[in-house]
Amino acid sequence: MGKLINPRDVYGDTLIELGESNPNIVALDADLSKSTKTYKFCYRFPNRFFNMGIAEANMISVAAGLASCGKIPFVSTFAVFVPGRTYDQIRMSVAYSDMNVKLFSTHAGVSVGKDGVSHQMLEDLALMRVLPNMKIFIPSDPVITKKIVYIMAENRGPMYSRVGREPMEVIYDEKELGDLKIGKMLDIKDGDDIAIIACGTMVKNAIEAGRELEKKGFSTNIVDVWNLKPFDNNMVDKIARKVNVIITVEEHSIIGGLGSAVAERLSEKGYKGKFRRIGIKDTFCESGDPKDLLEKYELTAKHIVSQAEEMV
Amino acid sequence: MAVKVRKHILTMLHEARSGHTGGSLSAVDAIVALYFHHMRHNPSNPRDPNRDRFILSKGHAVPALYAALAECGYFDIKELLTLRKINSRLQGHPANTKTPGIEVSTGSLGQGLSFGIGVALAGKLDRKDYNVYVMVGDGETDEGQIWEAAAAASHYKLDNLTALLDRNRLQIDGFTEDVMSLEVVSERWRAFGWNVIEIDGHNMREILDALHKADAHKKQPTMIILHTVKGKGVSFMENKAEYHGVAPTDEEYEKAMKELNDLEKKIHEKYEKRKE
Repeated sequence: MGKLINPRDVYGDTLIELGESNPNIVALDADLSKSTKTYKFCYRFPNRFFNMGIAEANMISVAAGLASCGKIPFVSTFAVFVPGRTYDQIRMSVAYSDMNVKLFSTHAGVSVGKDGVSHQMLEDLALMRVLPNMKIFIPSDPVITKKIVYIMAENRGPMYSRVGREPMEVIYDEKELGDLKIGKMLDIKDGDDIAIIACGTMVKNAIEAGRELEKKGFSTNIVDVWNLKPFDNNMVDKIARKVNVIITVEEHSIIGGLGSAVAERLSEKGYKGKFRRIGIKDTFCESGDPKDLLEKYELTAKHIVSQAEEMV
Repeated sequence: MAVKVRKHILTMLHEARSGHTGGSLSAVDAIVALYFHHMRHNPSNPRDPNRDRFILSKGHAVPALYAALAECGYFDIKELLTLRKINSRLQGHPANTKTPGIEVSTGSLGQGLSFGIGVALAGKLDRKDYNVYVMVGDGETDEGQIWEAAAAASHYKLDNLTALLDRNRLQIDGFTEDVMSLEVVSERWRAFGWNVIEIDGHNMREILDALHKADAHKKQPTMIILHTVKGKGVSFMENKAEYHGVAPTDEEYEKAMKELNDLEKKIHEKYEKRKE
């Protein structure tokens, strides 16, 4: 097992790193800076941090105003509030206006666990994916989290990223990973029988499931969709050409997110193989320990394995 | 200039066969005051980092802004006739990615004041001396985001931010006081920590005086409440909610233009007489 690090801490620390070298980096939060870890940036650069109070709609448009003056605002709160509460502000002030605003949300998926449905966010990827101009990044481990924060700061345009509440296992070696290219998924492991295309927290489960399936004699292709939009159609086409069983896995509704994006491409290209989406099946979840929730709502490695076995 | 802009508005909306006549006419005088007599701006360099900013949060009044921008030279006056037509740079509501001189896309109400806060905060951070002016509709202040912004602007003591409330007392469904009452509107803004000035929004001298006072005021944002008349300048459109979202018909257009032409002539005669 890789080392466990909380991606929120990585985010907070990376923001400081970026802030040291680029005076245009500013951060905004809506009274959750202790949770999102933007408080670290606040302590280091108090003048460049704006706590906007529990008023997310205002926060988004303020960030757009800052961006229009050359600032690079990183906006953070729980994913259920941004984008959850602020779709129209993101649409008008950020995406349509094409402002250089970076939305970095935490506590996405079911990882807030015990707080229940009001604080779990399983629709954010769907909301952001339909917006023109928006780019979407979903970190799958602490190493890639840092790279994504850098990519967001160094490339112009509206961007959204989400991490969960829980610590993540280190999957990647920073040096081996090299530079990530926007619009290119990561092919973690090549294989011919089964492809598991996963994003965020589910990449780890996909890797585990892949190992199990290999033991059972199936050659497994694992892909990390760290960048959901712009969508890497070429990678999906490549997989579709050689693999007869494709599964997507995401800590998100099966509607509108990664599964939908892959399904859209596969059906347009006339894919003849078998395809299934693993995610939250168009339902609200409930309070509970995140581990228990992932088990009950069928998002574990064990689950991926049993689905794959059913399909081959 | 205000009469000229009013004529442009009617011609544009008549040509486009759609648009928001009433709210554009009530906003004209403040927009003319800002662009022709008050703001520091450069039509040949619309992105000048030191420019004063005007943000039209009530985006539906954009014909008034387009007319002012064209008269300033941001684009050709002939382009005004492309309003709302396919392939035009002049969208039905403001779009910063299309039109030179527009700061941000608006039209979904309640967002422009927040955007102005961001611009004002950046001005403070960069120690720039530009001012930020945001025009808000009175119906627009039904939106909760306006009050989030009202709190934030005074919290951050944004004295480089001035809001102008186009208090024409009408929104789409009728009088603001019937749809969702706002009064006492000045007390609301004062309670949120703003410096409040109330004036006749069609009196150029009062508008300019208020803008100077707003710029000079320290430690607080300023709200200038412009008491205006919806449809101002065209007698039969004044104070009518019906003219919120419709363009003038051929007959109405002729009648309105005659009124404005007569007014223009009168102003001209008065001016000539004064010269003698």
